[in-house]
Amino acid sequence: MIKVLLFAHLQEKIGTDNIVIEKNSLTVKELRDFVSQTYEVGSLENVMVAVNEEYALEEDLVQAGDTVAFIPPVSGG
Amino acid sequence: MFEIVTNPISVKEMTNKVIRREAGAVTTFIGTVREFTYGKRTLSLEYQAYEKMAVKMLAQIGQEINEKWENSKVAITHRIGKLEISDIAVVIAVSTPHRKDAYEANEYAIERIKQIVPIWKKEIWENGEAWIGDQLEKTPYPSGKPLEDKHD
Repeated sequence: MIKVLLFAHLQEKIGTDNIVIEKNSLTVKELRDFVSQTYEVGSLENVMVAVNEEYALEEDLVQAGDTVAFIPPVSGG
Repeated sequence: MFEIVTNPISVKEMTNKVIRREAGAVTTFIGTVREFTYGKRTLSLEYQAYEKMAVKMLAQIGQEINEKWENSKVAITHRIGKLEISDIAVVIAVSTPHRKDAYEANEYAIERIKQIVPIWKKEIWENGEAWIGDQLEKTPYPSGKPLEDKHD
């Protein structure tokens, strides 16, 4: 399983701060597509993805046990 | 030296973290909660962070500054949770031997925070609220991740 952390408006749209995906291995792009097709989350176009707290590229692999975070455009400061 | 906190930030404590004998300059940046943004009145703000990663990214910014400005020392603390108008949201303290480096490095730090540190701000108005940065499409990430370093 892969744990996906949600923040800001994504958290409010899905109604929880994390979801669990029962898959063993998929790319960041496949994971992004899966979430956007499975949940009513709206556009994920500008959302960055971090795998185990490191920013990841679309072709990077996510595996069971990883923690993924969907990171909307940040606005700290 | 790099923290996410829920309590008020002490500017004095932040400067004390970087003051040392080799330093001839300390700059502090204090980011505060603004009441009016382009005429729209904010009542309060709520900050949320992916805390573990945010601390790592703040430390990365400190590392980048150490590489760019010789003999610099950086401390950054960002507050999350509910903040009122004029509350301090972030303090960046930088010390260097000479003043120009301290100014430049400090500006670099805040610009990088706005690119790579997973912290989000929700503005609460009289007639609604919104997470800032999610709907404006002002910050595209064509490669899927933030740019390495846009600072010249």
